[in-house]
Amino acid sequence: MNRVRNPFGGLFHEVNAVQEQFARLVNRVAPYAAATAAGVSGPLLNVWEDENALYVEADLPGIDPAKLDITVAEGNHLTVGGERAVPEVAGAVWVRQERPAGKFARSVGLPALVDADKVEAKYENGVLRLTLPKHEAAKPRKIQVKAGE
Amino acid sequence: MSSVATKANGTGGDLAAERAVTVTPRVDILETEHEFLLLADLPGVTADGVDIRFEQGELTIHGKRPAKYAGKDEAVREHPGTNFSRVFGVAETVAADKIEADLKHGVLTVRLPKVEAVKPRKIAVRG
Repeated sequence: MNRVRNPFGGLFHEVNAVQEQFARLVNRVAPYAAATAAGVSGPLLNVWEDENALYVEADLPGIDPAKLDITVAEGNHLTVGGERAVPEVAGAVWVRQERPAGKFARSVGLPALVDADKVEAKYENGVLRLTLPKHEAAKPRKIQVKAGE
Repeated sequence: MSSVATKANGTGGDLAAERAVTVTPRVDILETEHEFLLLADLPGVTADGVDIRFEQGELTIHGKRPAKYAGKDEAVREHPGTNFSRVFGVAETVAADKIEADLKHGVLTVRLPKVEAVKPRKIAVRG
């Protein structure tokens, strides 16, 4: 039995190949691929914010959360690192390999100073969510205007 | 270190909904003597948000991802918070009624067993 096949024309092929090619052109296939092209290694991050905190979301499917390494330095320097194992199946041959594997780390400057002691991290459904309470100095403050004479 | 201090315009909720596009999930496909194994990255998708169909030789995977921070201001957006969709053509050598799927930590594993007829067989030689 010949088990080496052309992944694009063999038993398993992409039905919407044209769509896929277009998606690749506009970087919609793989956030990692887009990031690599931009010189970034590791997961891409989305950040939301309100008055009290920053909320960071990183797509990290298939990771052992115990092996994630998250640090906040200097109040606004966030680093997320970890490792994803290559799937190992006894006696299997690869038909297609697109999912990134191995070690990664990503460092970013956050848009506000945060309180590093109160950062909460949660890993759910392959997404890492961080809640980073803003440092008192970074919170908005209402300034009372004193009336003159 | 890259700066992510670029501000998006407007409020997060509406923008997130508008920009919830569908992307192609990345997959690994492995083949053993008995089955094909397809692994797809569907971060943020729960089991009830996944729709897998096998129809007329096509395996379709859809994943729906709920927006988590609707209403908050979007400070940085490096990837679209999205839905996933991808279609594969699968040869008739797959036993359609025995396909199984499992979702864990945002990774979908689909097992596509081969039909008995194509599984390798050791042929005994009569002496």
